[in-house]
Amino acid sequence: MMDYLLTEQQIMVRDLARKIAKEKIAPVAAEHDEKETFPWDIMKVMAESDLCGVYIEEKYGGLGGGAMELCLVTEELSRACGGIAICFAATALGTYPIILFGNDEQKQKYLPDIASGKKLAAFALTEAGAGSDAGAIATTARKEGDYYVLNGVKQWITNGGEAEVYSVIAMTDREKGARGASFFIVEKGTHGFDFGKKEKKLGIRASATRELVFNECKVHKDNLLGREGMGFIVAMKTFDKSRPGVAAQAVGIAQGALDHAVKYSRERKQFGKTISSFQGLQFMIADMATQIEAARALTYAVARMVDSGARDVSKESAMVKLFASDTAMKVTTDAIQVLGGYGYMRDYPVEKYMRDAKITQIYEGTNQIQRNIIALEVLKEQLRK
Amino acid sequence: MNIIVCIKQVPDTQDIRINPETNTLMREGVQSIINPFDMYAIEEALRIKEKLGGKITVICMGPQQADAALREAVSMGVDEMVLMCDRAFAGSDTWATSYTLAKGIQKLGKFDLIICGKQAIDGDTAQVGPGIAATLDIPQVTYVKKTEEIKEDMARFEKMTEEGFEVIETPLPCLITVVKEINIPRLPSLKGKIRAKQAPVTTLTAKDIDAEPGKLGLKGSPTVVKKVFTPPKRTGGQILQGDTNEVVNKLVEALKDMVVAAGKT
Repeated sequence: MMDYLLTEQQIMVRDLARKIAKEKIAPVAAEHDEKETFPWDIMKVMAESDLCGVYIEEKYGGLGGGAMELCLVTEELSRACGGIAICFAATALGTYPIILFGNDEQKQKYLPDIASGKKLAAFALTEAGAGSDAGAIATTARKEGDYYVLNGVKQWITNGGEAEVYSVIAMTDREKGARGASFFIVEKGTHGFDFGKKEKKLGIRASATRELVFNECKVHKDNLLGREGMGFIVAMKTFDKSRPGVAAQAVGIAQGALDHAVKYSRERKQFGKTISSFQGLQFMIADMATQIEAARALTYAVARMVDSGARDVSKESAMVKLFASDTAMKVTTDAIQVLGGYGYMRDYPVEKYMRDAKITQIYEGTNQIQRNIIALEVLKEQLRK
Repeated sequence: MNIIVCIKQVPDTQDIRINPETNTLMREGVQSIINPFDMYAIEEALRIKEKLGGKITVICMGPQQADAALREAVSMGVDEMVLMCDRAFAGSDTWATSYTLAKGIQKLGKFDLIICGKQAIDGDTAQVGPGIAATLDIPQVTYVKKTEEIKEDMARFEKMTEEGFEVIETPLPCLITVVKEINIPRLPSLKGKIRAKQAPVTTLTAKDIDAEPGKLGLKGSPTVVKKVFTPPKRTGGQILQGDTNEVVNKLVEALKDMVVAAGKT
């Protein structure tokens, strides 16, 4: 085993998450996937085990860790089920705007319940016409006295309908373009805030994905995060911190698929021998394991960079999200190959890993957008020299 | 409510392998765990405490390494831990173990309820729980599958029997042993784990418990193990083939031969 020099507390966090994944998640993963049911059973276990607040400051009821702890938990949970893991990780994504830009009152009000697992959170940016092109956001927030009035529809929001706390971006001043967007905390149950239908997905089917519908929804100005016009900065800084989490999800999914493939290869016999004795298959396993380790090493390195307080981590967090998700896609596809026809069947757990892996190349910025970010940063660095 | 939970540290039988030549357990590299039945005892104690308040003390007789089992119990929410550790305790059978644990429990002061797992998965005797109750001269209810009611001075339990269950009411203090049907043990929490790392372990030695030396350890153990052996492996047997009449005749002949052969020895 590679030694990543984790602290004693990080090892404790990882081992507990691993235990939950093995004992609680693995037995129910297939059922939640098949029935597309939200894993409240597992969220309850997570809350009782104090894992929900690993990345939240101690004074708000968390463990006081950061991106590294978030990654360790997400990776371990994903090893058993990428869909269940994302219910936890998407809460972190929805919470980061509050952690990064919330004032003390906002933090006092929202973080303790998220840290204790009493409430889940969600992050709402994507719309039908605005995903990669975040500047095309059509949801508006009109100032009226002490309130902002939100109108518009957010699409494909992870934890939508299940979460209590939503970080929502809307245009407060369309004239200003990208500088006219602002972030708001909107609570479930606010008048004028409803949910659309639950989406049917290829993978991560335990997680809930819904539309958020804002119709003359009045949000108090105390719920504005940062200042008016800071919306895109909030979004970008949040993604910088959260992308290692997607990478960790991808690493976990890849590792889970490899675990199954290796186990199967030692049991399955063809031509009178276990298939693990064939060099063609051994080479596949060697490549899969090496790619996963490289993705993991990059994930931890970037998570540590984020936690060190580095000012600009855009390039690195784009790199890790890109590399780990591409690795997950490749490794899970190969894992099915190792199982052959059995791997393609839903009776075996491996095809689910491939379905779950695909989304990691798409959400929190498609891998094409990540390449844009990386290239831009690399070219800028050359200019500075 | 003052609750005492007795636990034992045992090898994790899920990854035990047998040395095919000597037929003995290969203990190297085998993890130690809390006896699974004791996990139900810990969980039941936690549930009763959540209802009635009070304190839970977990007690374990064993070597220094048993410390890990105690800390795991604390990470689940147990308040205090006691390790009974002394060379004088080595080689105890169930009789001596019951006596030693009972003396340790007496030393801890007033208690209302003692909970044990129904048996340990390594020895499988199910004798230590009842033995402690007998030594302390308190009522006992074994194989408890449900706590129906519990108050300051009385409790009512459902005790599993082979045909169904019995409802037994008893005054407190008493001792119960629990079966796996009683609950689902919780996982440890992070905050519990952090607390468990720092929490102090009270150690009790033979001197601390005012025990009669002759009743401890190997000396105090009347059990003698005459022989330990592995039953011979089942062979494949013989499959008789043919139509029914033919097979029945063959079977009768074979049985006759076996009876004759048995008569000769």
